[in-house]
Amino acid sequence: MAELLVWPALLAYGLAAAAYAGELHAPGRFGWLGIWGVRLGWLAQTALLVAQAISADGFPWGTWAGALNLLSWLVVAGYLVWGCKPRYRLMGLLVMPLAAGLLVLSWAGGGTAVHERDGGGWTLDAHVGLMLAAFASFTVAAAMALLYLYEERRLKRRDPAFLRLRLPSLEALDRLASRVALVGLLLLSAGIVVGLTRLDPGELDAAMTVTTVIWAVYAAALVLRRETGLQGRRLAWSLVGGFSLVAFVLPLTHFAS
Amino acid sequence: MKLALAGISHHTASVELRERVAIDLEAASALARRLAHGGGKAQEAVVLSTCNRTELYLAADDHDRLAQAADDALLALAGADSAALAPLAYRLADESAALHLFRVAAGLDSLVPGEGEILGQVRDAFEAGSPGPLLDRTFRMALHAGRRARVETAIGESPASVPAAAAALAQQVFEGLEGHAVVLVGAGRTSELTARNLRSRGAAVAAVVNRSVERAERLASSLGARAVGLQDVAPALDGADVVVSSTSSPGFVLTMEALGPALRARRGKPVLFIDLAVPRDVDPALASIDGCFVYDVDDLEAVVATSLDGRRAEAVAAERIVAAEAERFHAWQASLAVVPAIASLRAQAEEIRVSELARVEARLGRLTESERALVDTVTAQIVNKLLHQPTVRMKEAALMPDGLIYAEVVRHLFGLESENEA
Repeated sequence: MAELLVWPALLAYGLAAAAYAGELHAPGRFGWLGIWGVRLGWLAQTALLVAQAISADGFPWGTWAGALNLLSWLVVAGYLVWGCKPRYRLMGLLVMPLAAGLLVLSWAGGGTAVHERDGGGWTLDAHVGLMLAAFASFTVAAAMALLYLYEERRLKRRDPAFLRLRLPSLEALDRLASRVALVGLLLLSAGIVVGLTRLDPGELDAAMTVTTVIWAVYAAALVLRRETGLQGRRLAWSLVGGFSLVAFVLPLTHFAS
Repeated sequence: MKLALAGISHHTASVELRERVAIDLEAASALARRLAHGGGKAQEAVVLSTCNRTELYLAADDHDRLAQAADDALLALAGADSAALAPLAYRLADESAALHLFRVAAGLDSLVPGEGEILGQVRDAFEAGSPGPLLDRTFRMALHAGRRARVETAIGESPASVPAAAAALAQQVFEGLEGHAVVLVGAGRTSELTARNLRSRGAAVAAVVNRSVERAERLASSLGARAVGLQDVAPALDGADVVVSSTSSPGFVLTMEALGPALRARRGKPVLFIDLAVPRDVDPALASIDGCFVYDVDDLEAVVATSLDGRRAEAVAAERIVAAEAERFHAWQASLAVVPAIASLRAQAEEIRVSELARVEARLGRLTESERALVDTVTAQIVNKLLHQPTVRMKEAALMPDGLIYAEVVRHLFGLESENEA
């Protein structure tokens, strides 16, 4: 019965995505609808995850489909930290379709089902949880970076209506995106360390290689920011680049292996 | 009590005529005192005088004479020009006058819709005036309406001038302006106004660059900045976050050749160039550098025009708020007509309660102090509960055209003395 919670969550996320698209065209009219869609959807998904956790004997999100369910929830939770502020709501236009898409894939793969499931041991559970939290952080950081690029483009083009759709300042977006990416990097590092404890000697597949590359991309961007003052458009593009590895290359290598 | 208003504003009179009747706050206060306490026809008076309007709000019992008094006092301010002023003045009474004041306080009657200064000016006029019960309530409700319009709509949010647009732009690039450095290139009036606007939002003016160093020093000392000659403009821009330029130079003062390498070395750290000069001072090619934003005066004027459109759109929502507040004022004013009947009814009930308690005083004497207090409280509560519904109904009825009949019926039924007899 609790499995049915996926539908209100999906409906609310879809509604939120549509509302944010409307907000882009008619600023100030649909933003409230978007944020309420996100809140209600997230509550429904939280209830679903709680039901899964209660029913399962161990970590219920160890499969790829289950992991997508948890990732979707983490991404929306990360968005909600800032999305409740009116100026940050438009990030939802980038985050909510992605969250809804992840949830649909999870549902199609049986990741939203509620039944007993064996866990894979605490190290695997911790590894999966940390990696998913890191990917969720990178997703939110990428959404902020894309919002930065959109706002920067508006200001460069000297759009006279820039005050009609109030977005966070460039400086705030730049700083927050780098901080969220740093949190993601720390989580990813912890996830990799925990994963290494389970790794057999000589075992290194394509997904692990890409994960290492992702770690290196984010680490390089953040070190360059700290050491040489890298910021603005270049930092934003590097965060978007890192996220594209997470979103496209990593799944491909994961399923290929 | 009746309310009368006589006034002129930018809608009806030119600046030449408006300045004839404009008075400062002290004179407005003195005039209000004279009108309210000088033995004239008004019992209450508030004078609102700004660069865009001079309005006299008077209150008294006699409406016809009151309107005339407001008109006479306004025309007297114009002196010899009173004949020219008379056809341009507007005269409003009661709810129309109150609604007008509410719109003024909300900035809906201003030249720039939603401008913020007028609310403070209405408050100052009210505090300096000589209000009584009616004007006190009217002005308090007007200030409330003005605050609501600004809080609940975005009518006052967007910039209405080029310096304000520049400051809003800077805040869109930088999170807050605290700790950010502004450099002025040119010591003209426009750049000074823009710098002061940025400073009021927390920015610090680091340097004033000008061809004449003496002139730069004069402005720099008032802004707490250092003065620099124009030949040293490039080093002066080191560490600047916002550059405001308004020289009278015939060509670009801030060029790609001079600034490009230094700006590229910032590696995307934002810098905003606000070019207020015509011909322009800042080479637009600088905008191609990562983190560089270049706005000229046309861009800022376009921002102002767009934001004024936005303000006009918000004015519709603000008008709804003002209409709701005017409705509340109407309800309050109508309820005043039944207040004497309600007061008489309650006084009579209290008199009966007290006299009945006194009649049984001998038997109550056996009660303890706390028991006597309880009896007193209970009887007062019974009276209050019995009279609550009739009081509410009479106030509601007062809003209807024949509502005063209810008050008369209550007087008749309860044998209260009529208002005239009182």
